[in-house]
Amino acid sequence: MHTVTRPIIVFLCLCLLLLLLFPVVGSSFYTGLVTKIMILSIFTISLDLLIGFTGLVSFGHAAFFGIGAYLLAILFGNLEQINYWWSLTLTLSLTGVAALLVGWLCIRTSGVYFIMLTLAFAQMFFYFFFESPHFGGDDGIFMLNKPQITLATRQLVDLDNEHHFYYFVLAWLVGVYLFLSMILRAPFGHVLIAIKANEQRVRALGYSTPHYKLVSFVIAGTIAGLAGFLEAAHTNFVTPAYLGWHESGMAIMMVILGGMGTLFGPVIGTFIVVLLQDFLPEFTEHWKLIMGAIIIFVVLFLPNGIAGLIFSISNRFSSRAPGGREG
Amino acid sequence: MPEIILRTEHLCKNFGGLKATDDVSLEFERGKVHAILGPNGAGKTTLINLLSGELQPSSGRISFKGYDITDARPEKISRIGIGRSFQKTNILPGFSCFQNCWIGAQSCLITSMRFFRPARHLRMVHRRADHALQLCGLAGKRNQIAGTMSYGEQRQLEIAMMLATEPELLLLDEPLAGMGSEESQQVTALLRELAREQTLILIEHDMDAVFSLADRITVMVDGAELETGSVEQIRNSQAVQDAYLGHADEEVA
Repeated sequence: MHTVTRPIIVFLCLCLLLLLLFPVVGSSFYTGLVTKIMILSIFTISLDLLIGFTGLVSFGHAAFFGIGAYLLAILFGNLEQINYWWSLTLTLSLTGVAALLVGWLCIRTSGVYFIMLTLAFAQMFFYFFFESPHFGGDDGIFMLNKPQITLATRQLVDLDNEHHFYYFVLAWLVGVYLFLSMILRAPFGHVLIAIKANEQRVRALGYSTPHYKLVSFVIAGTIAGLAGFLEAAHTNFVTPAYLGWHESGMAIMMVILGGMGTLFGPVIGTFIVVLLQDFLPEFTEHWKLIMGAIIIFVVLFLPNGIAGLIFSISNRFSSRAPGGREG
Repeated sequence: MPEIILRTEHLCKNFGGLKATDDVSLEFERGKVHAILGPNGAGKTTLINLLSGELQPSSGRISFKGYDITDARPEKISRIGIGRSFQKTNILPGFSCFQNCWIGAQSCLITSMRFFRPARHLRMVHRRADHALQLCGLAGKRNQIAGTMSYGEQRQLEIAMMLATEPELLLLDEPLAGMGSEESQQVTALLRELAREQTLILIEHDMDAVFSLADRITVMVDGAELETGSVEQIRNSQAVQDAYLGHADEEVA
């Protein structure tokens, strides 16, 4: 368990500052790209709650990302005006119900069976959307409008403005990060982290571990749905590929590369992977080879990911960690 | 009239054709140390696993303070006041001693499904975790990572985690297993300390420790109860000597 020390907080604040200032200097293209990365980061952070904190390696997490995106597109895609509050509430609660149903069945298994079961569910959802003509089939669905964020008829944020959208997503990313840090510091989080370390023992100490795992699964699924909602609102488009195993696999890779069990690690991992994907092809057509080499390097030499590297650097800065007070 | 805290009636557990527990009917009195002896494979750990809910009995009944707990799950058993320690050290190795005990102590909350306030504000949990560490003589190792401690200390932590749940009845599965003589003396002293106020059910191979700690002893052979009695009765029982003590002596010699 990592303790978030002061140098780490300073580092995170600096990153936040960079993100805050970026649209001022960044071109429209890059503002859009960073918006996309931040949306994906919300998705990978939610996966980190499962992989890094609960010990549940879900290989079907993209299902909830896709379900969130599709719900917005199916329920609201044809409307002239989309009420943000309604669409968000409905999308998130329905994604949460989906996560509850899938999780309820999946958490009975563990290890490789859990991986296979979550993958199977995700593929089920994938083919459901892929093969339903009502829902756009393999073409996906285009949306006419973005949700309108109004409060008492006044428009708060204009999502059609790319800068507004950028800060809107950044606010969500910070919000999700703070929300997850909060529940991980609370009694609930302590139980999750212990379940990851030794579930049998935690059970013998009086905790109904399946319930805790299920709640974690639902929270993670709902946040993934939020990321899907944002992605659909950003691009005005949903495609079955959102739910595919490829997306789930990429998310796992981003979490591991960035450093699981750290919350901010997956954000770093997402930035690195997406940026590499965007820039490596400009240098060479064999960019996937370089990408693979980088991943192998990180896994071999930085077992705790890039966040692990940051932690060891920060420990050198802080004279001494304040002991292992829980947290 | 002594109060019976835990009772098993005709308890059986079959694994396929093997009768791991065979019609065991025992009564455990409150405030006593009741040891369970038996050669390897006698079904002692299976019995503990039945009592702690890790295994479900094939037939028979278990009652705790008059309540039927036959089919209760481990988390339920723990919550009603039966703590257990494991034969194989079963701790959270990456956590500090304090964090290990914290998880035990936090189970005093009605539910840990609490998402908002930081856990460290829970003073009662703090006190319980520290108290458990102190009882087991680990107060000085509070912040040490459990996995880096010596084997004996890890065994003590194993017991401390259980104590942090503040159980009424303690099930101890070979607390001295694999210890050196010095470590074993430390833990024996700890058990003696616990025995003053608590009810213990103790599985142990170490004959000296059992004879010095126990008020009552049950000897098991092949999953069945062979004899139950006071230390003296067991020491002098011919059947027990034939079945176990003599055999064990040969093995030791």
